[in-house]
Amino acid sequence: MNDYWSMLFVFVLATFIGLGVIRRVSRLLYTPLMSLTNAISAIAVVGSLAVAGADHPTSIRILGAVALFASMTNIVSGFLITYRMLRMFKKQ
Amino acid sequence: MTQAIAQFAAIAATALFIFALNWMSDPKTARRGVYAGVLGMAVAVLATWVQPEIVHHGWVLAAIAAGFVVGVPLSRVPLTAVPQRTALSHAFGGLAAGLVGAAEFSLWLREGPGQFTTFRTSALVVEVILGFLTFTGSLMAAGKLQEVRWIPQRPVTYPGQNFVNLGVLGAAVVLGVLLVLHPTAPSARTVFPVIMGLATLFGVLLIIPIGGADMPTVISILNAYAGLSAVAMGFVLDNRLLVTAGALDGSSGLILSIIMCRAMNRSFTNVLFGAFGTVQKTKVIAEQKEWKQESIEGAAQLLEQARLVVIIPGYGMAVAQAQHKVRELYDQLTKRGVEVRFAIHPVAGRMPGHMNVLLAEANIPYSALVEMEEINPEMPQCDVALVIGANDVVNPAARTVEGSPIYGMPIIDADKAKTVLAIKRSKNPGFAGIDNALYVQDNTWMLFGDAKAVIGDLVKQFSSGGLH
Repeated sequence: MNDYWSMLFVFVLATFIGLGVIRRVSRLLYTPLMSLTNAISAIAVVGSLAVAGADHPTSIRILGAVALFASMTNIVSGFLITYRMLRMFKKQ
Repeated sequence: MTQAIAQFAAIAATALFIFALNWMSDPKTARRGVYAGVLGMAVAVLATWVQPEIVHHGWVLAAIAAGFVVGVPLSRVPLTAVPQRTALSHAFGGLAAGLVGAAEFSLWLREGPGQFTTFRTSALVVEVILGFLTFTGSLMAAGKLQEVRWIPQRPVTYPGQNFVNLGVLGAAVVLGVLLVLHPTAPSARTVFPVIMGLATLFGVLLIIPIGGADMPTVISILNAYAGLSAVAMGFVLDNRLLVTAGALDGSSGLILSIIMCRAMNRSFTNVLFGAFGTVQKTKVIAEQKEWKQESIEGAAQLLEQARLVVIIPGYGMAVAQAQHKVRELYDQLTKRGVEVRFAIHPVAGRMPGHMNVLLAEANIPYSALVEMEEINPEMPQCDVALVIGANDVVNPAARTVEGSPIYGMPIIDADKAKTVLAIKRSKNPGFAGIDNALYVQDNTWMLFGDAKAVIGDLVKQFSSGGLH
């Protein structure tokens, strides 16, 4: 629980990796990039699932279930639309 | 055992997400990126689901099923509606973070004061503020992009607006600090919902003064916020995977915001707090010249005789859904040996990369799409620059008229082409309300009308054999 320094450490390193990787993304693909990162940041699904599925009072589980629904919507629509857009990019 | 599964899954998912983004560096490998992302997400979800504390499987299944029911149709929207879909998904991301934050707060209240460490409480405050402001801010942005009737499209400004906005955000932050200092005070139960409310309100206020031309930047900023709210959730839940994936999303939003700001020669603060609408009363171009209108036949002839044609698309092409007709024109011209290239300004359209996706949808090969910096040195050799529904991104005032709201913004040098053909819906000035000297240049010819109709007529000229 007092491990917050290592959490911040992970955050800083992940941000640097993110900056390095994103900087190289093709400019053609900025729109699909945004829908892909959208889907990836719907990793909030993990937190939502833990709140919705654990043995908590109903009111809290309702909050978790709505959050789970919202994250899942982003995952499904994010990956599908990214794929749909990427299929359109043809060289010739 | 299940703990080890969760930890291993977190590492695997993080690696897969990094690969996913890495493969986006080239359209050839990009689809692989989606597979990696899906796999990473599946691993993460399953590893969480098998944990022993998850007992209400019916709830989980129902929420996931509902996500599919809404998510699948949302992925099938027409590509012109992709900006609002993106804004909507930022809203969902913010909502999820905000709601989980609220749930955690109530749980901690039950479990006792030991839960409220300074670090976790601070992270919780950041999570709910970012989450709820992203939620309403993105909803407003999506509404503006979708042109929902009761949300004003034009920037709405009033005196003291920045004061009000910063006051609301400031109040939320001050209450947040109080909550961190005294998490177990009886007032915490009331302070927390107030923070949520203020963040929700701030999201709305933040987007009210923002107009269409700023949308690419604003969507990118909201993207970064959605990522950061996931990071904060990771801190709250002590979950590294949330931190890494959120950081990847946050850095992507940050880079896109910087690129968009640079492409408009504006700063972050200027976009968020200096509404475009307020500065535009100034500057009328000294001499009011007349437009010269060109006939479809004349324009078709100009195009046919050209060696190099550069097409400059803007939001007008998206609005008119003209991309498929543009493809037909591209085919007709290349068939006749004319070299056709598309010059893409970074902020053309309503979100980063908007024009590229629309042109790709119309099957235009991406090798014909050229960035602004690459095409500009070639513009003097360009025989015809065909401007389709673009305005500010080709306005020479950005180079010459000091005091113009777009002064200093990098533009596509359409005015340096030998001839300019500009398709424009009406004779009104563009979004920013600024006169465009390009349209009255000696070598510019206007084609007034809906982009789709005008280009359709041009194509007809070519295919009907009127030209050969």
